[in-house]
Amino acid sequence: MTPAETPAPERGTARLALRLLLMAAILILAMLPVLNQLPVDSALHVSDFIVSIGGKWITYAVLALAIDLAWGYAGILSLGHGAFFALGGYAMGMHLMRLIGTRGVYGHPVLPDFMVFLGYKELPWYWLGFEYFPYAMLMAMVVPGLLALIIGFLAFRSRITGVYLSIITQAMTYALMLAFFRNDMGFGGNNGFTDFKELLGMPLQTANARAVLYYASLALLLVSLLLCWRIAASKLGRVLVAIRDAESRVRFLGYDVTQHKLFVFVLSAMIAGLAGALYVPQVGIINPGEFSPGNSIEAVIWVAVGGRGSLIGAILGAFSVNALKTWLTTVAPDLWLFALGGLFVAVTLFLPRGLIGLFSREKRA
Amino acid sequence: MSGGAGNPILYLDGVSVVFDGFKALNDLSLIVEAGELRAIIGPNGAGKTTMMDVITGKTRPTAGTVRFREHDLTRLDEAAIATLGIGRKFQKPTMFDALTAFENLELACKAPRGPLACLRWVLSPATRRRIEGVAEEIGLTSRLGDRAGVLSHGQRQWLEIGMLLMQDPELLLVDEPVAGMTDQETEHTADLLRRIAGERSVVVVEHDLEFVRALGCKVTVLCEGAMLSEGSIDHVQNDPRVIEVYLGR
Ligand SMILES: Nc1ncnc2c1ncn2[C@@H]1O[C@H](COP(=O)(O)OP(=O)(O)OP(=O)(O)O)[C@@H](O)[C@H]1O
Ligand SMILES: [Mg+2]
Repeated sequence: MTPAETPAPERGTARLALRLLLMAAILILAMLPVLNQLPVDSALHVSDFIVSIGGKWITYAVLALAIDLAWGYAGILSLGHGAFFALGGYAMGMHLMRLIGTRGVYGHPVLPDFMVFLGYKELPWYWLGFEYFPYAMLMAMVVPGLLALIIGFLAFRSRITGVYLSIITQAMTYALMLAFFRNDMGFGGNNGFTDFKELLGMPLQTANARAVLYYASLALLLVSLLLCWRIAASKLGRVLVAIRDAESRVRFLGYDVTQHKLFVFVLSAMIAGLAGALYVPQVGIINPGEFSPGNSIEAVIWVAVGGRGSLIGAILGAFSVNALKTWLTTVAPDLWLFALGGLFVAVTLFLPRGLIGLFSREKRA
Repeated sequence: MSGGAGNPILYLDGVSVVFDGFKALNDLSLIVEAGELRAIIGPNGAGKTTMMDVITGKTRPTAGTVRFREHDLTRLDEAAIATLGIGRKFQKPTMFDALTAFENLELACKAPRGPLACLRWVLSPATRRRIEGVAEEIGLTSRLGDRAGVLSHGQRQWLEIGMLLMQDPELLLVDEPVAGMTDQETEHTADLLRRIAGERSVVVVEHDLEFVRALGCKVTVLCEGAMLSEGSIDHVQNDPRVIEVYLGR
């Protein structure tokens, strides 16, 4: 093996087995909406439920990937990535609200129902432009990216790291949750946005829309994965690992650590924002609960369970923890939080490299 | 003071560093000429490492002037100082354990340091040869593919010296390079540092007086944060104040 060929966190995995598994997984994921079209009595038929939950989990996997890029590579443990996800979701939600038009309860051509109800006379300025899909998608990246830039700049420049940074990001998502709960913010208060009708001319809640959104999410996952891989395999990836393990030493080599951390943090927030934007039309609702600090922590646990520092591991973690959650919340809903906590402790103690570690023999880099 | 007519590259004047009322550096002045090789000796706790911390921006002096060429180092951060051309090897070898020896050398290699430049970075054949050349110099050719974390203490010393060479700085600050090295390696290090000096300025901190003698350069003795004596190794070894400090312990 030539040196400098593989990024440190993924070196030593039993690559072939992993590659085959990965290809099989992608193939199965890509087939789900097709199998959904089969007649219901066919043995291979996949239910609507599976397709819609699959699409949702894929957006979670993108969020996990974003977190892993920041945490697994650069060592930035953000406990506020749920906020970036939710902001992207709100950007999409605003677009979907604008598309409802006269089909709302009040039938107002411009104002969403909640604004009519609250006595708004015209759209607040920050709602302008959201009727255009490309603009809304742009905002789903720009707003989380900008927030990450500001928080990151203040924190990284002051060399706030570790648990202090985690607390700041938790505070950020909590503050946003409280803000979005307020009716006078113009984002629908605690009800948020729902009752969406269509997107890009497709009526939602149809098999067709489900499949399109599903494939859009899968495409986002693959593109984000390729981008993260590209970063991980570059010298930038090695600088990030170096920052993660010995931040101050990197400075003495002349690297501006703040710049590098900002770069990944902002990129990571933008990826999370896009994931949130695709999540919202699939679940049909966005409300301030998405900002709750617990969501961000849960997403970090996906990554820890799957394997921090492994991009595939992060995705694996998002799927497996959510599968467990879906199953457990139907059979024993009260147990979920205990199970999540227990899982985190168990993984930390017995599988420090996460599920992905099962595929590799070498000790952790 | 040293003769004034030269071409000083590093200039410390009246530098003091106070930690909780304790003076780690006490009105220290030091001038290093361009191309000079300088050895710094002194008992434990004399402030040698603290002096390097001040030059590289890790520690801000409580008082005094620190200049590198025309730049005021007290106003710059570590990365900016390193970019000016000051490289450092730490007393306790510090590198990136999760990366291979090759990757450590590659990261140190003088090149644009921004995130996008690093993303676009392509290892050119010339750079690869340079890394391999340095690896040969530091005797790590066969270990290039191994993670730095598994190297022995002596190899880590060498790897960090290699990183310093890759950085290609104008001024090298080398803190206790031969701790953990065999006699032969120590000799090799002295040889290497003598070769580097001339084109570059090198400041070496070391306790090993045999090694310092092999460097054959001007020696500065630090004690309690201030300069005690300066001159050739024979001069300082015969200086009664130096003898007192070393024997009085
Ligand atoms: N960050 C710090 N806070 C408090 N005291 C410090 C700090 N750094 C160094 N000191 C103290 O300053 C004094 C000088 O330390 P320094 O490491 O510069 O000595 P040195 O000459 O390099 O010694 P050695 O030969 O043991 O490496 C020591 O007494 C040390 O305890
Ligand atoms: Mg020291």
